[in-house]
Amino acid sequence: MRIPRLLQAVLVFAGVYFGFIIVFDYLLGAVIPKSLLTMYMFFVAAGVFMVFTYDEEDTRELVAPVKALVEDPAKRGIRNIVFTLIPLMVGYFVYDQMQPGFEAPVELRTIHPAPPSTAKIYGQRVNLLSLENPYRKLEKEDPEEFAAMVNDGAAVYIKNCQYCHGDKLDGKGPYAEGLNPTPLNFQDVGTIAQLQESYLFWRIATGGPGLPKEAAPWISSMPVWQNFLSEEEIWKVILFLYDYTGHQPRSWEHE
Amino acid sequence: MVKFDKIAGRYFLKSNQKSLVSGLLIILVATVFMVNWAGLDAVRAAQSTVEAVEGATAVDGAYAPAPKLAESDYPAVAGINGRLIVWVVAQLHLWFAAFVLAVPIFVFIIEVIGMRTRDKRYDDMAYEFIKVSITAYSLTAILGGLLLFSLILFYPHLFTYLSTIFSESMLYYALLFFAESAVLYLYYYGWKWLQGGFRKWVHLTLGLMLNAIGTTLMLLANAWLTFMMSPAGVDAAGVFSGDSWAAIHNFLWNPINIHRFVANIAYGGSIVGAYAAFKFLTARNQQEKAHYDWMGYNANFIAICALLPLPFAGYYLAAEIYAYSQQMGITLMGGIFAWLFIIQAVLIGTLFLSANYYLWCGMGRSDGAKRYTKYIKYIAIVLVGSFLVWFTPHTLVLTNSELKALGGPHHSILGPLGIMPAKNTAVNIMIIFTFLSFLFYRRSNKIATVSWEKTGNIVQVALFTAGIVNILFLGTYHGYFTNTVYKVAASIPQVVTTLVVIVGSLVLDSFIYGKSRDVGPLHWGRIPERAQYALFLLAVAFTWLMGLMGYIRSGIRQHWHVVDIMRDASAQAFTPTLGYAANVVSVAALLFLAMVIFVFWIAQVSGSKTLPAGYWKE
Repeated sequence: MRIPRLLQAVLVFAGVYFGFIIVFDYLLGAVIPKSLLTMYMFFVAAGVFMVFTYDEEDTRELVAPVKALVEDPAKRGIRNIVFTLIPLMVGYFVYDQMQPGFEAPVELRTIHPAPPSTAKIYGQRVNLLSLENPYRKLEKEDPEEFAAMVNDGAAVYIKNCQYCHGDKLDGKGPYAEGLNPTPLNFQDVGTIAQLQESYLFWRIATGGPGLPKEAAPWISSMPVWQNFLSEEEIWKVILFLYDYTGHQPRSWEHE
Repeated sequence: MVKFDKIAGRYFLKSNQKSLVSGLLIILVATVFMVNWAGLDAVRAAQSTVEAVEGATAVDGAYAPAPKLAESDYPAVAGINGRLIVWVVAQLHLWFAAFVLAVPIFVFIIEVIGMRTRDKRYDDMAYEFIKVSITAYSLTAILGGLLLFSLILFYPHLFTYLSTIFSESMLYYALLFFAESAVLYLYYYGWKWLQGGFRKWVHLTLGLMLNAIGTTLMLLANAWLTFMMSPAGVDAAGVFSGDSWAAIHNFLWNPINIHRFVANIAYGGSIVGAYAAFKFLTARNQQEKAHYDWMGYNANFIAICALLPLPFAGYYLAAEIYAYSQQMGITLMGGIFAWLFIIQAVLIGTLFLSANYYLWCGMGRSDGAKRYTKYIKYIAIVLVGSFLVWFTPHTLVLTNSELKALGGPHHSILGPLGIMPAKNTAVNIMIIFTFLSFLFYRRSNKIATVSWEKTGNIVQVALFTAGIVNILFLGTYHGYFTNTVYKVAASIPQVVTTLVVIVGSLVLDSFIYGKSRDVGPLHWGRIPERAQYALFLLAVAFTWLMGLMGYIRSGIRQHWHVVDIMRDASAQAFTPTLGYAANVVSVAALLFLAMVIFVFWIAQVSGSKTLPAGYWKE
C-alpha cells in the first residue's frame, strides 16, 4: 500500500525529530539543546515542504486530504473533531508555555568577550593589538630554554589554575561543578586555539572584573591574577596552555 | 508561443552565461581603470595639498587633530534621537543605492546579449529593468541628501572632521554624481533613439560609462566608511597627513569594495526577481505570465551567479577585519554580535533554499525534467544538513537541566560545528549542490547526442565526489588539527575546489550537450505561483540580511566615530541591545520594501492607459 504524501511528510518530519533525540540523547550521550532542536526542526520542516511541493501534481496530492477535510460534505464529522481539537491543542500549548516554573531563565552568553584595544595591566597601559608573548620566540631560538619555560608554566598552572580548569585542561577541575558558567575547556578547538596570546594575557591578568562593560553581566569567577602572579608567570602559563593542548595561538604569519 | 519558448531555451542557456562573465569583466576593468585614474589624481592632488599646507603651516598651522567631544557638542533637535534617524536613513539610502548600482550592471550585460543574439526580448527586458531603477534612482538621491542633512544636523563635528580629510573625494563624488545622472538619463531616455548599428554601440558605451561611474561612486563612499573602521593617513591623534589616497586606500577598503560589488549584483537580481514575480502574479494572460516567468528566471539566475561567490567575499572581509583588529573581529563574530551572526547564517541559508526551490519548481517548464527530479530529495537532504551545520552556534542556549546533563556549556559534538572550518565546509557543499540543482535544470530539457555521454557523466560524478571529499578533508584536517594560520588559509583551497568543480563541470557539460536536441519547447509560465513567493523571499531575506550585517559592520566600532581616534561622546554612544537593533533594522526593511512596492507600482501605472475614448478633442 502506498503511504499518502501528507502522511509521508509527517513521518519524515517526525523521523528526523526523533532521530536527533535518539542519536544525541541516547546513542552519543550528549543531549541536543531544546533551543537548537527547535531551530533545526524549523528548517527541516522547510526542507520537507520544499521537496513535497516543488511539483504541481505532487502538491495537489499532498494537500488533497486537507482540502477534502475542509470542503468535502461527507467529512463533516471528522472536520468538527479536528476543528475542535486544534484550538484545544494550541490552548494547551500556550498554557504549558506560560505556566510559571522554578527553573532559572536561560541566559544568552557570549563565549569570547571582545578585548579592549588597550588595558591597564600591572599599572601600565598595554596595547593589546601589538602585545606579544616575550618567550614565544624561544620556541625556535632555544628549544631547551623554551621547554623549561613551559615546565615553569605547568607548575604555575598546577598550583593555581587546575582547581577550576582541571588537570587535563578540559574545564573539569574539582571546583568546576560549583561554578556557573563552568570554567573554560582549553582542549576545545573553539577556545584558546582561536585566540592570540595577548588576549589570554589580558583575560588572565584582569580576570572577571576586567571584562568589558558590553554584554554584562559576565558572572565570571576568574580571579584578577595580576594581584597574585608575576607578569613572567602569566606568560609562562600561557606557553603551557598551548603546549599541553597542542593548539597554536592565533597568528597571521606562517611558521 | 512555441517560438518564444524555443528561442528562450536556445539562447539564454548558451550565450548569456558567457556574456555575463565577459560583461562583468569589462565593467571591472573599466572601473579599475577609472579608480586608478582617480587614485593617481588624488595622489597628485594630495601632494599639491601637502605642499600648500606646508606653505601655510607657518601662518595657520596644518590639519587639526580629531576633536575630543562632549555630550553638549551634539545638537539636540526637537528631542529626536539623532542616531536612530541617521541609522534608518543611511540604511534606506544604502538599500536603494545597492539596487540602482546593480541594475545597470546586468542591464548592460542583458543588452549585450540582446545585441549579440539579435533577440529583441533581451533588449526589452533590459529596458524594463532600467525603467524600474529610474524611480529608485530618484529615491536614492533623495535619501542621500537626507543622510547628508542628518549627519550635518546631528553629528556636525564628525562631518566636519571627515570632510576635512575627504574634501577632494567628496568633491569628486558630487561631480561624479552629476555625471552619473546625466549618463543615466541619456541611457534611459535615449534607449529607443539609440537603436541599431553605430547608435547601439553608442548606447552600450553609455551603459559601460554608467557602470564605471556608479562603481566609482560606491568605491569613494566605501572609503569614507572604512576610514571610520580602519583609519589611515592620520596619526594617533587623528591629524591628517594630507595624503588623501592613503586615507582612501585604508586597510578595509578593498575587502568592502569586493564584498559590496558582488553583493550588489546578487541584491539587484533579487529585487528585479521580486518585480518579475509581482508582475507574474498580476499577469492578465498566459503571454504575460510567460514573459514575466522568463524575466524572473533571468533575475534569479543573476542573483544565484552572484550569490555563489558571496560567502567567500564575506569570509575574506571578516578575516581582514580580524587581521586588522582582534578586538573588532571578536566583537563581530565571537562577542556581542555573535547572535546576529546566527540570524545572518539563517538568512543566508534561506537564500540558498529559496534559490534552489525556485529552480526545482522551474523544472516543471520542461517535459523532460522527470529524468532529474528523482535526485531533488537527495540534494535537499544535503542542503538542509549543511544548512544546519552552517547556523549551529558556538555558544549554545542551554537550560539548567541541559547544562547539568552536559556537565558544562561545552557540547562535545555540536561545539566543533560552531567554528568557522565547519561553516566553510558546509557553505562550500551548499554552493556545490546549488550548482548541481542548476545543472539538472539546464539538462532537464536536453537530450545528449554524443556517444560518450555515459563516460562524461561518470567523469562528472567523479569530479563532484573528489571535490566534496577534498572540501571535507580540508575542513576537517586543517580546521581542527592545525593552527589558525592554516585554518584560515584552508578556506582558499576549499573555494578553489568548489570553483574547479563548477567550472570543470560546466565545461564538460557544454561538450556533452553541445549538439544536444531539445526534449520539446520550454513552457514558460508553467510554474507554480508559490515559486514566485520564493523570489519574494529571496528579496526580503537579502534586504534584512544587508540591514543586519550593515549594522554589525558599523556597530563593531562601538563607542568610536573613527576607531581609536575620534570618540563618540553623544548620549547614544552605547551599543544597543540585539533586540532593539533587530527591531530598528526590521522596521527599516519594512519601510524599504513598502517603497519598493511603490516603485513597482509606479513602473506599472506608467504604462497603463485608463482614459476613456472621447475625452480629448480629436
